[in-house]
Amino acid sequence: MGTGENLYYSKDHEWVRVDGNNAYIGITDYAQDSLGSIVYVEMPRTGKAVSKGQVLGVVESVKAAADVYSPVSGTVTEINEALADNPGLINENPYENHIAVVSLDDPAELSQLMNKQQYEEYTKGA
Amino acid sequence: MDRKTPLYDVEKALGAKFTSFGGWELPVSYSDILKEHHAVRNAAGLFDVSHMGEIMVKGKDALSFINKLITNDIVPVPQNKILYSPMCYENGTVVDDILIYKISDTELLLIVNASNTDKDEEWIRSHQTGDVTIENVSDRFVQLALQGPESEAIIRKLLKDENTELPGFYWFTETTLCGNDGLSPIRVLLSRTGYTGEDGFEIYLWLPEDGGQTAERLWNCILEAGKENGIVPAGLGARDTLRLEAALPLYGHELSDSITPLEAGLKTFVKLNKDDFIGKDALASQYERGLKRKIYGFEMVDRGIPRNGYEVVREGRKIGYVTSGGPLPSLGINGGLALLDDTGLSSGDTIKIMIRDRACGAKIVPVPFYGKKYKK
Repeated sequence: MGTGENLYYSKDHEWVRVDGNNAYIGITDYAQDSLGSIVYVEMPRTGKAVSKGQVLGVVESVKAAADVYSPVSGTVTEINEALADNPGLINENPYENHIAVVSLDDPAELSQLMNKQQYEEYTKGA
Repeated sequence: MDRKTPLYDVEKALGAKFTSFGGWELPVSYSDILKEHHAVRNAAGLFDVSHMGEIMVKGKDALSFINKLITNDIVPVPQNKILYSPMCYENGTVVDDILIYKISDTELLLIVNASNTDKDEEWIRSHQTGDVTIENVSDRFVQLALQGPESEAIIRKLLKDENTELPGFYWFTETTLCGNDGLSPIRVLLSRTGYTGEDGFEIYLWLPEDGGQTAERLWNCILEAGKENGIVPAGLGARDTLRLEAALPLYGHELSDSITPLEAGLKTFVKLNKDDFIGKDALASQYERGLKRKIYGFEMVDRGIPRNGYEVVREGRKIGYVTSGGPLPSLGINGGLALLDDTGLSSGDTIKIMIRDRACGAKIVPVPFYGKKYKK
């Protein structure tokens, strides 16, 4: 299973890609593979303030709904509209299809997340 | 600790992802639920349904004994035919919904839901009268379901004589399969039944004591024979989306110990004219008084996926809950079944499904969602 380069990872299987003050947030390859075909993504409203660990959205497979937790605190500035009509993009390429963009309140929070190597180690035991 | 079917290893080798269901560890999917779903609708899928329970009832009084426990009527059913029936409590709610294979007037094979097997056995034993023996033979059967429009063509390749007459819908026969590979033919009970809304067969193998070897050979020879027909191994995930599209009830959802078969829309299988049976008074009186709630089909108008347990609201008032819901892949929409207090609704009426505090628009539609393709 793949892991994206230069990303941060949460224990709940979200990834974060940082671009300036923006955090692009999606779910990992491990998460999409466990869920199976994703058929619906519920995205947050733009402008919504989220704190680290709060529900950012919901990803639904045929069988189940899974919460997506925000790995960072901030304000939702953008959502990935393409997922509304084509949620399966997450299955096809989880690291290229973010769910939302959050402007970071506190970039120092990123240090609490895992790097690629740590996440690979973490999912090995799972 | 969940039990494993004799096919666990061969399924694991095929890449199955497992889930816990009714005390069993069973494949939820092999590749992808949606792919498996469409394969069954368009070609064929092979399911391991060995978790289903089997209870054998034998004896001179077997027929009258079982008839008293079920709402449908087994007496006039011909030999080698199968009967579907709810089995009810005195108050008309459901112990289980079962299939009865009429081997003869003195030998009935009951197929019951996995998670209800022990409860059913106990219930049946507690009413035992006359000359009958009751035996739970669940551990001695492997059950496979071959479902989809290519099923008949695949089965024909596995018969000794491909022109053998095959059973029609809800009939069964004893036959042998897979003898064409030079190894000994495998004796099975073959029935034209299933839980997908497609033509297909269920195959019962009385398990020899060979550590599952024969079961594996049966599984592999069906997959091999079906290769050019587009067969895939399919899991519980697809089984659930397929049965939901066909609006087939699932115990614990549309039927339970708090829902009657009349409320579930199964009046056809409740013979109120039949002599005394357990639950008859309650069901007859419910029927005369009129239903206060019943199961409806609905499809989503707004975006969102309805799930089991979600509340249903109409004109600001809670009127019930979703019993089964999700994507209906053959129709490309989301929808499900709901138990609603309002019995006067008709197709096109709007309801709201509460999806995580959002009231999402939906409308009542006729069931089944997907027209059943059975062969008579």
